[in-house]
Amino acid sequence: MQLVRRFLPLVIGIYLLLFFGPLAGFDFFRIVGEIYNKPSLLLQQLINGLANGSIVAIVALGYTLVYGIIELVNFAHGDVFMLGAFMALTVIGATGVTETSTASEKLTAALLAGAAAIIFCGVINVIIERFAYRRLRNAPRLAPLISAIGVSFIVQNIGLFWGGLRSFFPIMGVNSAAPKAFPDLIGRVDVFKDWFGLDLPITLSTKELMVIVVAAALMVGLRLLVQYTKIGKAMRATAENRDAAKIMGIDIDRVISFTFLLGGALAGAAGLMFGLYNNTVVFTMGFTGGLRAFTSAVLGGIGNITGAMFGGILIGLLAAFSDQYFSSRWTNAWVFAILVTVMVFRPTGLMGENVGQKA
Amino acid sequence: MSMLEVQNIHTYYDNIHALKGISLNVNEGEIVTLIGANGAGKSTTLKTISGLTKPREGAVRLHGNPLHTLPAHKIVEQGIIMVPEGRRVFGVLTVSENLEMGAFARNDKQAIAQDLEKVYSLFPRLKERRNQLAGTLSGGEQQMLATGRGLMGRPRVLLLDEPSMGLAPVLVDLIFDTIQQLHKQGTTILLVEQNARMALQVADRGYVLQSGEIVLSDSAENLRANESVQKAYLGIS
Repeated sequence: MQLVRRFLPLVIGIYLLLFFGPLAGFDFFRIVGEIYNKPSLLLQQLINGLANGSIVAIVALGYTLVYGIIELVNFAHGDVFMLGAFMALTVIGATGVTETSTASEKLTAALLAGAAAIIFCGVINVIIERFAYRRLRNAPRLAPLISAIGVSFIVQNIGLFWGGLRSFFPIMGVNSAAPKAFPDLIGRVDVFKDWFGLDLPITLSTKELMVIVVAAALMVGLRLLVQYTKIGKAMRATAENRDAAKIMGIDIDRVISFTFLLGGALAGAAGLMFGLYNNTVVFTMGFTGGLRAFTSAVLGGIGNITGAMFGGILIGLLAAFSDQYFSSRWTNAWVFAILVTVMVFRPTGLMGENVGQKA
Repeated sequence: MSMLEVQNIHTYYDNIHALKGISLNVNEGEIVTLIGANGAGKSTTLKTISGLTKPREGAVRLHGNPLHTLPAHKIVEQGIIMVPEGRRVFGVLTVSENLEMGAFARNDKQAIAQDLEKVYSLFPRLKERRNQLAGTLSGGEQQMLATGRGLMGRPRVLLLDEPSMGLAPVLVDLIFDTIQQLHKQGTTILLVEQNARMALQVADRGYVLQSGEIVLSDSAENLRANESVQKAYLGIS
């Protein structure tokens, strides 16, 4: 009886999936057939998913860092990521570099845009914390949460306004709310074929390579920073117990500011990467992208850095798989269905541990 | 003039009047103990000195310089180091990282390395477990770590809050031995202790707290001999 009760939800779930799944693109036998007939397509989607997931993971890190240290879901984080993409676009527009420029010009423009986006988003995030969250640190949980939602809308509207400044930044195009074309500075060169002369049924383009390599470097860098530097250790100490950190002589306000700086910087880098990879940015991308990144952070176990990376990549892969084999219209539904399922069975996320309640 | 001076402090938790005008002083090189029942305000007094709670009235001074106006991390820089009640070690950090955090406010790398060796020789157990997460240590080991972490800050005044709580008798002895050793090296100590008997054995002077007020202050010797102290705190009737 106990056993039946325990597995009943699972059985009902599988039933529902088999009967209603096909409506949302989940047709088990068709998918197995497709994979069997063309396995290279699955591999190709894995590469795409890895690239998209890497960007999601970088944004997810910002959610998880902030949550880890002050237990706040920083709803404005996705919108800061959007500002990063806008900043990068603006800088690239200002340099005058286009898709026909030389490789070194493109690289310089991309690096400049990256530096500008990273610094800009880092500083913006610090300012947001200073004015919208700090005073609410000891208030009931809902207060900073509502504040974060408010900041999210404000930042989104800043993006909308920025997108309308075509007289200053012609690259923004005519319509402030419309998606903006982001110059393709990297191009699609097939790494396997053109660099190594391999004739494979799948392609890894320079774009995907750039995203994966940069994201991996950022993740490794962050890991090392948190693990081995003095400020990184102070971050972990502050996250665990703020009062104990204070009596070590740690200025927790500075540590928290630094955490927001890091999260913002990562969001800025992700904004540039997103623009270069997808070649289109829009002021609402922070909301949709942020939601997916937040989901990743929760999936991996919010507050856990490795979990956020893992969750982001998992969600990227899942979304790519769903786009290919289910139906791209249902991808968000599938992503969240997986999230709900994981949460039901593992409320702390895949890699989460029970973080103690903080005052 | 005494080294650490607490002058008529009133501390509140929201509307609860926890400290009702506490005044005490600690001279350089002394061990002073605060004894009293649960909720008398002993820990709150230490927290107010270390800056974790702020007094609504009154002053805390170190060598005449006000401390109560400084944030907690600046008070640490002045050499006031607290070993908090319940140890509060960082469970997700390793033992050696915890000790490093104790020296957070310092920049003298060489001296820090020397102090680390000192702490390890004081508590060899910690050296054995230096790469272990602090959360996996036993209660006694955590108390050693918390004490060692406090020493890493090179305290001018060490505030010890219930260092013997929940420890086996043999560990209580070890902790009190350590306190006496520190005393001999010239560290000034303000000790809060449930175990009044032990506290009055190592202390030079003591204050007795009762519901947020000091009701008695004398040398440790006289307090040990005091009938009402014996009755209330030493279990002698």
